[in-house]
Formats: sequence, C-alpha cells, structure tokens
Amino acid sequence: MSTPLYLDANATEPLRPAARAAVLAAMELGGNPSSVHAAGRAARRLLEEAREAVAARFGARPQDVVFTGGGTEANALALRGLAAGRRVLVGATEHPAVLAAAPDAAVLPVLADGTLDLDALEAALAEGGPALVALMAANNETGVLHPLAAAAELCRRHGALLHVDAVQAAGRVAVPAVWDSLALSGHKLGGPPGAGALLLRAGVEVAPLIAGGGQERGRRGGTEPLPAIAGMAAALAEATPEAASRLAALRHAIEAGAAGAVVAGAAAARLPNTTCLVLPGVAAETQVIALDIAGFRVSAGAACSSGKVARSPVLQAMGFGEDAGCGIRVSLPWNAPADAAERFLAAWAAMRDRLSRRAA
Amino acid sequence: MRILVAMSGGVDSSVVAGLLAEQGHEVIGATLQLYDHGAAIQKKGACCAGQDIMDARRVADRLGIAHYVLDREQRFRDAVINDFASQYAAGETPVPCVRCNQTVKFHDLVELARDLGCEAMATGHYVQRVEGAEGPELHRAADPQRDQSWFLFATTRAQLAFSRFPLGGYPDKAAVRAQAQRLGLAVAEKPDSQDICFVPEGQYHQVVAKLRPEAAEPGDIVDAEGRVLGQHQGIGRYTIGQGRGLGLALREGEAPLYVAALDAPRRRVVVAHKQSLPQAEVVAGEVNWLWTPPTGPFACEVKLRAREQPQPCQAEWDAVAGLLRVRPAVPAIAAPGQGCVLYAGNRVLGGGFIRRAVDLGVAAA
Repeated sequence: MSTPLYLDANATEPLRPAARAAVLAAMELGGNPSSVHAAGRAARRLLEEAREAVAARFGARPQDVVFTGGGTEANALALRGLAAGRRVLVGATEHPAVLAAAPDAAVLPVLADGTLDLDALEAALAEGGPALVALMAANNETGVLHPLAAAAELCRRHGALLHVDAVQAAGRVAVPAVWDSLALSGHKLGGPPGAGALLLRAGVEVAPLIAGGGQERGRRGGTEPLPAIAGMAAALAEATPEAASRLAALRHAIEAGAAGAVVAGAAAARLPNTTCLVLPGVAAETQVIALDIAGFRVSAGAACSSGKVARSPVLQAMGFGEDAGCGIRVSLPWNAPADAAERFLAAWAAMRDRLSRRAA
Repeated sequence: MRILVAMSGGVDSSVVAGLLAEQGHEVIGATLQLYDHGAAIQKKGACCAGQDIMDARRVADRLGIAHYVLDREQRFRDAVINDFASQYAAGETPVPCVRCNQTVKFHDLVELARDLGCEAMATGHYVQRVEGAEGPELHRAADPQRDQSWFLFATTRAQLAFSRFPLGGYPDKAAVRAQAQRLGLAVAEKPDSQDICFVPEGQYHQVVAKLRPEAAEPGDIVDAEGRVLGQHQGIGRYTIGQGRGLGLALREGEAPLYVAALDAPRRRVVVAHKQSLPQAEVVAGEVNWLWTPPTGPFACEVKLRAREQPQPCQAEWDAVAGLLRVRPAVPAIAAPGQGCVLYAGNRVLGGGFIRRAVDLGVAAA
C-alpha cells in the first residue's frame, strides 16, 4: 500500500508548522496571563496578541473576542448566552454542537441544494417576538455555504440576533461580517485542538456558561489555554481563502472524475476543499471502511464518540431519502498533495466497481 | 490473510482478534451497535454505545488493528427485536440469538467482509469448523459446557465455509481467559454476558408488551377441557413447560400444573399435568441443512432447547413440505419457536424452528 492519504480536514486539519512553533513557544514561555508579575505579563502579551490577530481577521474589536476550549463551546456559549428572552431558530443542517445547545429551537428547512430556505426564515421571523438565529457559514458535510448576507438582512429587519458557526468556513472562504456572534475552532484551521473563540459584535453581551476567576472579562472562567490559543492565531494567519482556493481545482477534479456519484449541494456555493459524494445504494459505512483499508481517510455523517457511522441528517434534510446513508465526505487538507485527486479517484473507482456490483 | 473479526467487547472475541493478529493476519475488527444502550437502560443522556462497544474499541486499539463500529440498530430492530415480540404474541418462545446469528451476524457481516475483500470472518463462538469430505462441517465445541452449536444451526453452508471459530477447540473458558491475560487484554476478567443482550434488566415481557401490547393482555388459564382455572397477565409471559406464574391454577389437587400450550387468538394459557406435556413427534420448519439428508427416516440425536444434551431420535425430512419430523426416543417437551437441531455425535446435521401444532392442522392441546 502506498502512503496513506488524509482527506478528512473537516474533522481536523493537519497541524500547520507555524502553529506547532507557536504552541511550543507558548509552552516554553509558561506563565499565567492572569498573574500580576513579569511571567504573567509575558503570557498576557502573547494572549492579547493572539486576540488582536483573531479580531482583526474577522473585523471585531479585541475586547469582543472570547477564547473558549473549542468550537463546540463557542457555539454553546452563543446559543445559551445570547438566548435570554429570545426564541431560537436554527438551520436544519446545523452541526450537533449547535443543535444540542438549543434543543428546543425551531428548525429552519434547507433547499435541495443545502442552502437555507430564506422564505422559511422570513416566515419564522415574522411570527414575532425577539429571536436568535443560528446558521453555519459552511456545512461540515457538504461544504455548502448559507446565504448569510441575505439571512442577516432579514434578521436585521426583524430585530433578531444572528449567530454564525464559522468553524468550517473560517480560513477557507471569506466570512461576511454580518453576524452578531461568530464561532471559531482552532484545530479546524490547522492549530492544535483545545482552543476556539466566540467573537461578538460590539455591544453584544453574552452570559457566561462557566463562571470562575473572571478570565475573558468574566465571559469564560478558567485559565486560558495559551499554547492552543497561540497555535490557533498562528494557524489563522496562514489559513487564508487565497491559499485554500488552490484546493478548489483538486476538488473539481475529484467531482469530475467520480462517475456514478451524485455531488451533494453541487449547485450551491461551497467550500473549496469539501465534496460529499453520494453513491446511491452503497452504504457510506462500507465505503468509508473500504477506503480506509485502501489507505484513504474520509468520513461519513458526523462521527459519534462511539465511532459508528450513522445516516447523515444533513443529506436527509436535503431530501436524499434512503441515499442519505450513502454519502461520504472528502475534505482536502491545507497540505493536500498535487496528486491527491488522481490517487483518490483510482481507489474510489475501484471501490465503486466492487461495491456497486454487489448492490445492484 | 485479511480477516474480519466480529468483536462484541467480550473476552472471547477479543482473544480471537488477538490470536489472529498475533499470527500475522490483517485483522479488521467490527463491532455491531444493535440497540441504543442509553435508551435500553433508560438513562437520559447516556451514550448510545454501551460499555461493550468501548471495550471492543479498547482491545482493538491495544492490538493495533483496524476497528469499526457498525450501526445496525434498525436492522436488529426489524430482524430480531420485532420478530422476538411477534413470536411471543403468537404464543411461541423465540430464540433471538439464533435470529441475530442468522441475519445481522452471519448474513450481513459475511457480506460486509466480502465487500471489504476479506477471505474469512472469525467469531468467538464455541463451535468447531471441521474440514470434511464434502466441505466444512459444523461440530460441537471441545468444551461441552461452552458449546454454542445449537445457536448456529441456521448458518448456511456458504457462511460456514467463510467462517472461522478459533475458540472451538479450547478445553475450557479458563484457557481462553489465560490467552487474554497473555495478550494483555483488559477484558480478561470480564464476566460472561448473560441472557438477552437487548433486555438488560431481564424483564423481557416488558419489551414484548411495548412492541406487541396484545401479548400483555390478560386472559384465561384453562385446562385441556377448557375449564377456566385462573387468569394470566398476558401470554407473552409464558412458555411451554413453565410451572411458574400460574397463580391459583398452579396445581390441581396435589399435582402441579404446567403450561402445555399457548392459544394466542383466544389469549389462553392451556395447562396440564407434567406427564401429558411431552410430544411423541416434533415438527420443525425453516430448516437449514449442513449435511445431505437421506430420503426416508434416519437415526440421529436431537436437541430441542439450549440447555440440554442431545437425545436419540428418529428423524425424517419432508423435502416437499419443507418440514423436518422428529420422533425422540423418549417423548420430549417442545416449545414452538425454539430450535430443533439434529446431531450425529459432535456434528451438527441441520436444524429448524419448532412449529406450532395449530399451524400443522392439529388441534391445540
């Protein structure tokens, strides 16, 4: 078997060398950013530089960046901390991090291409009462981008807050600055796991999930994981839409060469690195295992901690029916080799021929 | 060779994976998620995967082999749990482990293994696969205490040819546990699983009642003449030969009474004295042969329930009707839905599911 090919960037991006260096430097530095002495000041300087870098990238003020333990926590902080007195509306294809943080939320349908049904959003907003709307900038399984600018305009008109889950979009495409809060995850950018951030529009107040020693201006208790935060900031500096656009050509080659597959959300604007290939009648689980054995790391659905592959609620919401269990996600990492599409297609076609014959 | 190992998270299949990996095979571990563990133990927020799945993953990671958790909840519900409840509602006594082996394990997993380019599938079952003149044969395990051949009678010849049972020759469980110790597997001391996996609290009739409420509706306990002796709380709680749960109908005079038949349409539990329970002839359908039966009667042994030793019998295969007719040397109690498995010494010849007398045009007792 040739070298394994990692094509599961949306699960976690490979660590970027710059992020690794930043992590190591922060660990060497030591110190607690809350301490009053010189060691604390040195740590605080690093923390605040990271905060400024993250803020600047997304058009926020540094004081409106709340560092968290990751993307899930950032989403939960927004959905719990901004929801007081508001009804919550979420897109049907949101990540479990959002859905589980707002179990009583009303669900907004998506169109067949995976994008938000704006008419449904408008109707839901018109029902009255202040609302908090949570939408993902890009879907984790299909890469489909929601029409954020149009959704934000509707929210503005109805006085609703808009929370944007940018965990997958950040660093890969430009995220329009139309949000009231924005969730980020460090390891999806090529940083280490263990850090994320919630960015707030100036003037938006969030109630903390975790009380504690007053860190993050009282919005998130607990000593900041400085190495992970420094790694996230370093990764973000390299994770630019310009750099990610290189992956679009590889993705296009994969989609053009995957004869017999249906590309979920093909008609919509999508992330440059993500494609969801639906092979009708062939269980995604079998496809993922067969490709893994062949040395190709892809995924299907949202991975549960048990490791089981479940039918994709995202594809179900897009109307795939039975074939919602037949889609695999190929997500190219920032360092995908130039021959990634060619190598993947050879293995994928062999798998398709073997499994489709049995399924027929 | 590349071989798929069905790993339950218990010590047996863990040892199988360990031994095969040690022998240098490319082992692919697969663990079936058959039901929502969190829902089964009725604990809100509990993970859908039970400890057994976590144990299987841990063993696989320790061995450094590939491992996948396969979501088979829907398939298991359709093929095993619903069938289990329906059989109880029809007055039968199902063997869900046979159904599971027949569908989820030896049908679906073998298919997956072939899809993945495996040359064989191995399990931790205590049975032996012996190469015979006409192909692989299924034999009882070396350890009679552990033998599981009765549960595997529905394995087809093609499935058997593809399967491997590395533990079938082990003298006892202690030897298997010793292997687990030697391989450094954390499950070496894990207790054996008990009862029916999807009924964690042992209250199987509650599972049945939820799926088939009619099996939990009260009815009459009657004798063979139809005299009402008492009331029962649902035929789903009874099996042929049972003496408990009959309340006031427990005995007639000094002689205790036992369940002789279950009349599902009339929701009746028919009781009788013990000596009238055994049947001279037992009929089985859905027969699977692992040997070519002759035309006409033949002598062999039969095992009509999991926990008994095979008994001498005369058997005859009615190929036209698809029915196996068995006359035990000593009349035996036979519960419809259970397995009727034929042996020649240690070898499994074939078997089927015991049919209800009413289905065969014979009046209920």
